[in-house]
Amino acid sequence: MTGEDFITFEGVHKAFGKNVVLDDLSFSVKSGERVTLIGPSGSGKTTILRMLMTLTRPDRGVIGVDGDYLYHEKRGDELLPASEAHIRKVRQRITMVFQHFNLFPNMKVLRNVTEAPIHVLGKSKDEARERGKELLEMVGLGDKLNAHPSQLSGGQQQRVAIARALAVDPDVLLLDEVTSALDPEIAAEVLDVLRDIAKTTDTTMLCVTHAMKFARDVSHRVLMFNEGGIIEDGSPEKLFNEPEHERTQAFLRSVIDET
Amino acid sequence: MSAGLMAYIWEGLGVTLMLTVFGALLGLVFAFIAGLGRSSNRKVVRGAAMVYTEIFRGFPSLVLLFALIFILPQFGYQLNTLFAGILALALNIGAYAAEVVRGAVKSVPPGQLEAAVALNFTPMQRLRKVVLPQAVVAMIPPFSNNLIELLKATSLVSLVYISDLTFAAQLVRASTGETTLVFLGLLVGYGLIALVLTTIMRLLERLAARRLGRQVPTGLFARKEAV
Ligand SMILES: Nc1ncnc2c1ncn2[C@@H]1O[C@H](COP(=O)(O)OP(=O)(O)O)[C@@H](O)[C@H]1O
Ligand SMILES: [Mg+2]
Repeated sequence: MTGEDFITFEGVHKAFGKNVVLDDLSFSVKSGERVTLIGPSGSGKTTILRMLMTLTRPDRGVIGVDGDYLYHEKRGDELLPASEAHIRKVRQRITMVFQHFNLFPNMKVLRNVTEAPIHVLGKSKDEARERGKELLEMVGLGDKLNAHPSQLSGGQQQRVAIARALAVDPDVLLLDEVTSALDPEIAAEVLDVLRDIAKTTDTTMLCVTHAMKFARDVSHRVLMFNEGGIIEDGSPEKLFNEPEHERTQAFLRSVIDET
Repeated sequence: MSAGLMAYIWEGLGVTLMLTVFGALLGLVFAFIAGLGRSSNRKVVRGAAMVYTEIFRGFPSLVLLFALIFILPQFGYQLNTLFAGILALALNIGAYAAEVVRGAVKSVPPGQLEAAVALNFTPMQRLRKVVLPQAVVAMIPPFSNNLIELLKATSLVSLVYISDLTFAAQLVRASTGETTLVFLGLLVGYGLIALVLTTIMRLLERLAARRLGRQVPTGLFARKEAV
């Protein structure tokens, strides 16, 4: 993967009370790159995705997205705290799929997928519905357009959530343990959908997962987190086959999930 | 009972219903402003909303009514008596219902808001499209209680000579001497209105729940907590 850095973390620090979660973290991701974040529970992987999604503010440091800063605005040489309008503009390029799906129960399936394209992107209703149906077909739910989310199984709900995320044409897709709440076979189906998406788009992806086979298949790069920072950064082949760091070896031994 | 007296009763019923309906609508406006104001980013708004709910919940409707009718004119504001009645009831019930709004909004899972942020909805769109439609379902049962409280409180306006159902009944009692009959009739009357209101609220609840793809049991005494 070559090209410009698309996402950059520079000196990012985050603590919850006395619990320092990320300490002076710097890394970057290139456009179109698919990066998997691995590491023990509590090592800050979710926090990184949430900061990119503007759900959690960093205490210090800057996060860049394609030349713009997410939480700051450049005024001449100065970096000022970003306005809500600036944040919205940068955030437009990013979206996220959550562990617990978070479909809107007050909207039927198709409307879950079309609401943002219509009211945030300003697409026409027809265009949004057309594309929404296409995406729902793609995730295998073309027959559920008018179902309530509560009528769907977990795996189906997560596939709708994936369609909903793709419907806003993101440049960056964040996936936070999207199959952790699902039974193994169902998880495998969802991961297959994601594999197809990875193969057919050039969307930049940051993916937190314990599904190591999936990570190996789709990612260009794997980052191993431990105690507030990245302790190993490399290709999946390198990281999974010959991990250098002792903690990485121990972590990989502990992850038995082979989906 | 003579036709003339019966006409009083009908008119009184009309006034009671009007007080209830308009009191509820205006109270709903206060409730939403104050209830949503409680979770505003701005301190001033939060403070004002809190002061309103805390203070007006403590005032008896009757005292509030007297204040609006007898004190305001001293400052040069003469309210129409019926409007003063509606306003007093609405201010009071609105303060209670504001707490309902606040609680219901807080009961919407944080993941819903997070998903709305991830789709880049504006703060207003998050509220309108995601939070409120879900919160409303949780508001309806307690609103139903507020509405019945309001109905009962309307009878207080008879004390400032607004001719509501209670006032009309007093007139009928005075001119016929049928104390037992009149008060029994009054009890049945309020009971029936309450029943109608509760039924309407049940229907609303079912409708709202169905929009979320949930079922609410239909029996008179069945009430299931939202799943
Ligand atoms: N909102 C929060 N309040 C307090 N602590 C939090 C919060 N979110 C995360 N944490 C803490 O931050 C640490 C990192 O969490 P997280 O980013 O979820 O890790 P991971 O996703 O790698 O398991 C954990 O110790 C967690 O308890
Ligand atoms: Mg996590």
